[in-house]
Amino acid sequence: MIEFTDLHKAFGPKRVLAGFTLTVNDGETLVIIGYSGTGKSVAIKHVVGLLDPDRGQVAVDGQIVHTLKRDQLSALRSRIGFVFQFSALFDSMTIFDNVAMGLRRRDLPAGELKDRVAHALELVDLPGTEAVMPAELSGGMRKRVGLARAIAIQPKYMLYDEPTTGLDPVTSAVIDGLMIRTREALGVTSIVITHDMRSAYSVGDRIAMLYQGGVRQVGTVEEIRASADPVVRGFIEGRADGRGAEDAVPLSAREDLRVEGAAG
Amino acid sequence: MLAVIGRQATGAVAGFGRFGLFLADTARALPDARTWGRIIFYQMRRIGVDSLPISLFIAAFTGIVLALLASYTFTGAVPLYLVGTLVGKTLMMELGPVLTALALAGRVGATMAAELGTMRVTEQVDALETLAYNPYAYLVVPRVAAGVLMFPVVVAFAMGMGLLTGWIAATTLLPVTSAEFVRGLRLFYTPFDWQYGLIKSSSFGLVITLIGCYLGLDARGGAEGVGSATMRTVVYSAAMILLLDAYWAVTLLRHA
Repeated sequence: MIEFTDLHKAFGPKRVLAGFTLTVNDGETLVIIGYSGTGKSVAIKHVVGLLDPDRGQVAVDGQIVHTLKRDQLSALRSRIGFVFQFSALFDSMTIFDNVAMGLRRRDLPAGELKDRVAHALELVDLPGTEAVMPAELSGGMRKRVGLARAIAIQPKYMLYDEPTTGLDPVTSAVIDGLMIRTREALGVTSIVITHDMRSAYSVGDRIAMLYQGGVRQVGTVEEIRASADPVVRGFIEGRADGRGAEDAVPLSAREDLRVEGAAG
Repeated sequence: MLAVIGRQATGAVAGFGRFGLFLADTARALPDARTWGRIIFYQMRRIGVDSLPISLFIAAFTGIVLALLASYTFTGAVPLYLVGTLVGKTLMMELGPVLTALALAGRVGATMAAELGTMRVTEQVDALETLAYNPYAYLVVPRVAAGVLMFPVVVAFAMGMGLLTGWIAATTLLPVTSAEFVRGLRLFYTPFDWQYGLIKSSSFGLVITLIGCYLGLDARGGAEGVGSATMRTVVYSAAMILLLDAYWAVTLLRHA
């Protein structure tokens, strides 16, 4: 279980998260939606200790992430697969080495390592690409390698940071299918960050909308689809009537930014 | 005006603080030999073997110029066999280490800053962390250790090349025989000469790699941030090389 409790995070004057509280239950896929710049990626980076909270906490299986020592944090990270928005593949390494990177921490025999990499690449429909360099792949293929790298370690949790952003609808659907397949094959608990409502409806068990640093609404796909909240409706329907987007960041941040702008 | 000075002072203090934390994190990563042990030889090859051509090129011309400069300076008042003395002492104790380090500040330091800066802004460093790697053990320690170990090796080759071309220049372009050049070379020679040069080189390797790694990992904001980190690495490294050069002269030469 992953629990965000009263999470606060600011970058300089910009307060991104302000009392973000949310629980992700074991085995479910929870999708976090929200306007750009509202702190969705910031929230999940706290789960793997890439960021420390200013206030509040994130607990994974009862372990409070920001209090862990480096070796404890490493042990936690080895149970979490993270798929980055822009893949974050190691561009000086082959696909094999990229996917094997997490496995090398486990000192597996060479044969098993090779098999695990091949299996992970098969799961994302990229068999036989071991010798290819990341620069030779399309954006969609890079995302799939990023996914293979994350699932190769056989994680308990998967975190997806905008896995379909920048992809065409067909490739997005392929990635959605892979996320569903990963959940079914590995039984993982997942958090998916996305703007893409089609993807959210397709992969999510529950959806939470992040707004003004906190959760505006959380519910099943059906509950979110039927939401009467004008902010949620505006977002899921993609209405450009100006409501919501400009108010998406916390009030405190807008005040700080306004003061900064006036001073400048 | 005061506000600008205050902001710059605060920024400088914060920068020193971040560098202190970087050093502490790097020191804490040293026991993780399982991580850095796998890649140190690769970094030693990149920093050492791959830097040899440019270092030898610089040293070759330095040797020639030193021999001719010595001959020009002596103007007949000083015996020409002392050309060997000047070439030897200068190359081993000063120009070999310093010119090589200045060249490698550009080649090695800037490469590290650009590489790690790009990894930082494209989230590859974050990816390493999520795969349970300590980025200091994987990225910083092998580079710094390779710099400390390989800079003296590169400089030793540069010294040899400079002496060789100095000897060739003296014996072909000047009225100096081979025996005279060697006599001059051995005249005031002590093992301390090359030891001093190699100690200096190792310290240059340390600061160049530390600065390159620190500024690379500290890069923010895309291509501009990486460019800035690269440029600052070269500038700060050059300044630190000259400062360290003076430091070693004061601490080791005064009492030698």
